[in-house]
Amino acid sequence: MAAGGGIDPIHQFEIHPIVGLRPFGLDLSFTNSSLLMVLIVGVVSLVMIYGSSQRAVVPGRLQSLAEIAYEFVASTVTGVMGKDGMRFFPFVFSLFMFVLTANLLGMVPSSFTVTSHIIVTAAFAFLVIGVVLVYGIVKHGSHFFGLFVPSGVPGWLLPFMVLIEAVSFVSRPISLSLRLFGNMLAGHIALKVFGGFVVALTTGAGVLGYVIAPLPLLLAIALTALEFLVAFLQAYVFAILTCVYLNDALHPGH
Amino acid sequence: MASAALLAAGAAQAAAEHGAKASFPPFDARTFAGQLFWLAISFGALYWLMSKVALPRVGAILEERASTISRDLDQAAEMQAKAEETSQAYEKALTEARKNAQSIAQASRDAGAKASDERRRSVEAELTAKLDKAEAAIASTKSKAMSNVRGLGSEVAVAIVTKLTGQAPSTAEASDAVDQALAQG
Repeated sequence: MAAGGGIDPIHQFEIHPIVGLRPFGLDLSFTNSSLLMVLIVGVVSLVMIYGSSQRAVVPGRLQSLAEIAYEFVASTVTGVMGKDGMRFFPFVFSLFMFVLTANLLGMVPSSFTVTSHIIVTAAFAFLVIGVVLVYGIVKHGSHFFGLFVPSGVPGWLLPFMVLIEAVSFVSRPISLSLRLFGNMLAGHIALKVFGGFVVALTTGAGVLGYVIAPLPLLLAIALTALEFLVAFLQAYVFAILTCVYLNDALHPGH
Repeated sequence: MASAALLAAGAAQAAAEHGAKASFPPFDARTFAGQLFWLAISFGALYWLMSKVALPRVGAILEERASTISRDLDQAAEMQAKAEETSQAYEKALTEARKNAQSIAQASRDAGAKASDERRRSVEAELTAKLDKAEAAIASTKSKAMSNVRGLGSEVAVAIVTKLTGQAPSTAEASDAVDQALAQG
């Protein structure tokens, strides 16, 4: 493992190039992160495209998985945004599947969690807010900014309300990106720390270490189960918040 | 272990390449451009694949299944309606047939009753005629017998009166007396 005998819980987040690529002085190397991103596209395509290639009326396993994913996201989209929200369905579906697969592939030992890097989650969050802004302004023009002016508020209170609404709007991409990033980062660090305890206790603490070691091992097992839940839950939260924000672009005005 | 060692070697190499020990990796701005670049490529590819290939196909499969199911249900409902119709027609035919049978039975019963009535009447008439004839025969026989009896009676009366009185009554007186006696009883 890492130098110094201890286990570095941060090591798993390191990015290192596999194929160097530096055009115009930019480091665009194909890294372990890039490899996982390509894998994500591969896995999702395998399920969704290869899985549905039979076009069976009575689905097989893989096609069932593809259909469940489709119907799950479709019901989330229509549940939050209504029928006309289906125009954003491919976008929300791609986001959900990318984040979910990234989180799940990150649970494979010695792999890499794409969503544990703030730049990735922030890119997704700003992409969502960008779509909301562009679509809202193109579709509704200045009426879109009625989003910041709640109705039924006395005139003297209005500036404060507009300010609060604006702050809440601006904080959306920040909370959206930090929530996913923080969950994935913290979960993986906790897993590594408890796993490290087991190794440290069994290698360096004599007989007593062997007696205590099962405790962090049990915790690590429980945490693994929790992390699988979090992996799904955070992808779902990301998708449903995306729907909520897109709904503002579709139907502005409170 | 081998892969971990490889990763460690890779990290060391990366650190060497950047010329400095990396800080906390998620906040290492030197990797941002590369991550964004590959994220844009991979997410763009995923979005394209999903929106152009996968989702229309899965949506079509689901739609086809829904339409197949609803079509089958419609067909089943249609068949059921047809069966219902057939059974109603059968029921109707059955009641009609029953009614027909009843009317036929009634008619034949009526005809039978009429025929037997006629026969009875003709037999009765015949019997009445025979009875009348017999009665007439009896009556004529009786009247003949009665006249014989009267003749006999008046002769007897003449003989008795002659014997008793020695004087013969006239035949007219004797027959009057006999008539009176017959009328009394």
